[in-house]
Amino acid sequence: MTGCLMLAAVNFHTLLFYLFAILACGFAVGVVVADNVVRMALYLVLSLGATAGLFFLAGAEFIGAMQLMIYVGGTLVLLVFGVMLTAQAPFVTIKTSPGDRVLAGIVAASLLALLLQAAFSVEAWRRPGLGEVAQPAATPIGVALVGIRVDEPPAGAPPGVRSGYLLPFEIVSVHLLVVLVGAAYLARAKRRRTQRAIEVAASVQSLVEPVVEVPRQARGSASALATGGTR
Amino acid sequence: MADFLINSVGLPPWLAWTVVAGVAAVLILNVIAGGALVFIWAERKIAARIQDRLGPTRTGGRFGWLQSLADGIKLLAKEDLMPEGADGLLFRIAPYVSFCASFAAFIALPFAFDFVGQRLNVGVFFVVAVLGLEVFGVILAGYASASKWSLFGAMREAAQVVSYEVPLGMCVVVPVMLAGTMDLVTIAEKQAGWFTNWYLFHDPFTFVVFWVYVTCAVASVNRAPFDLAEAESELVAGFHTEYSGLRWSFFFMAEYGSMFLVSALAAVLFLGGWNGPVPVAALLGLSEGTGDTAHYFVRLIGCGNLLLKATLGVLVMMWIRWTLPRLRIDQVMTVCLKYCTPIAAVMFAGAMLWQLFLPGGLVPGLSRPAGEIREGWLPGPGGAARGPVGQAAKKTVAQVQP
Repeated sequence: MTGCLMLAAVNFHTLLFYLFAILACGFAVGVVVADNVVRMALYLVLSLGATAGLFFLAGAEFIGAMQLMIYVGGTLVLLVFGVMLTAQAPFVTIKTSPGDRVLAGIVAASLLALLLQAAFSVEAWRRPGLGEVAQPAATPIGVALVGIRVDEPPAGAPPGVRSGYLLPFEIVSVHLLVVLVGAAYLARAKRRRTQRAIEVAASVQSLVEPVVEVPRQARGSASALATGGTR
Repeated sequence: MADFLINSVGLPPWLAWTVVAGVAAVLILNVIAGGALVFIWAERKIAARIQDRLGPTRTGGRFGWLQSLADGIKLLAKEDLMPEGADGLLFRIAPYVSFCASFAAFIALPFAFDFVGQRLNVGVFFVVAVLGLEVFGVILAGYASASKWSLFGAMREAAQVVSYEVPLGMCVVVPVMLAGTMDLVTIAEKQAGWFTNWYLFHDPFTFVVFWVYVTCAVASVNRAPFDLAEAESELVAGFHTEYSGLRWSFFFMAEYGSMFLVSALAAVLFLGGWNGPVPVAALLGLSEGTGDTAHYFVRLIGCGNLLLKATLGVLVMMWIRWTLPRLRIDQVMTVCLKYCTPIAAVMFAGAMLWQLFLPGGLVPGLSRPAGEIREGWLPGPGGAARGPVGQAAKKTVAQVQP
């Protein structure tokens, strides 16, 4: 009974928040520690899913669903690439060199310091009142990204002209496009003829190919039959 | 319900909410598991009839209706194998990932006006997003099995599902646009009345988009003719080649669960949700101004309505599966990228233009203009704002705008 009362004193939201936060952080550490690509991707998905849970807990359902759709779905594609690139041998492990670890540690620590500083510079850990919500909303930023500044006109501009962040936004988009094209170039099917591959291909060929050469005419009709279903 | 538990029974809030969540979860779990049992039996009978056989006839008397239960017991007792080279953790976790994704998507699915696990503002989006996660378990299973068949199956599935999410999303957007909200409850409520109010019959474009949705839905739950992931003739059993026993049955429950889910989603988005073709309840005067019991009764009928529509959808999927031959992987991709996506895009634009220029439909008064009321229009319980599309809500909008 006392246990019941003690539980009742705990805020339900707080409890769930800690649960999701611990899950997110724990699996994030798991991503760093694991040395198998697919396991890393799994931990990343679970961590991002826990973050989506945090969003749902905060009542931001749209962002939560977005998190699931974009990040978790994106990790899915990452996972597919991971499987495809490591499929030569089962369960390839990735070893991180000590130098990389130190470098990553420095970057992570500095980012953490920055975030902590930003977090603690908030005046107080309190819920914003109803009136205060309007100001820090993301809408002005989003509108400014498509070229309209709703907050203030730039200094010295003639009245009515308000330049937003459209140009930087477009530049970033073009960068992303370049990255996409580059990724497609890198990932396209290149036939690397290693010695092993040639041997395997030869052995498979000798097994599969019939010794007697199939007449050209028969081959053509066979392929026509095979592709006939698509027409 | 939580309020009732807190106020009338006197439970502390945390316990009340836990109980409510538990009840919802158990109900949904029963829909999935019980549904899977019934659907597997139905699938066997339908497959048999289509192939001019009898199917199961002996277990449990007349129609072999206990066959699935017998199979379930067999699966429980079966040895749980794991290949020697498999990645143990991933191998074990994969079926649960699939099943959890299928299960979690049901949370936002409304079965009748108030019969919804958690009413979400962005219900459609949530369901589609979570349903896309099911493929994750399949890929994990294919990878962790350390088998070439499994890996091939998983890769095909990944390619297929990632591609089909594009046209599926486009199809889903059309009813969302017509209703002006992503809330599944509101979308279904807006199709109340005669069946001419269903978004399927809203305009020619939605009619076409519905069939594109059906195609993409069949593909996204990996049913034949799109079941490349488990093509028996080439890949043994595809991604679940190495699975046996209960874990294997989790994959099957996930599959039947998501079949039911996409059918129910089609019912809510295009076929009026829990509103029957003829508004029987409204004609009998049950939905307006009557007591709580009548409201509850109406919702129960609505729930049956939705279950019936979803079941019909599943049966159609079975019919398709046993009628059409399997497509090749390139044909699957052709159907998606060259047909479904452009058709869905054109129909989306067409529905938009129709909405713009013919908001009242071709015959005035027959179909109601949709989408004139945006977010925030949430009718009261039991259709307080039903009838001629919530006059009260219209008035408030009109008052706010000037």
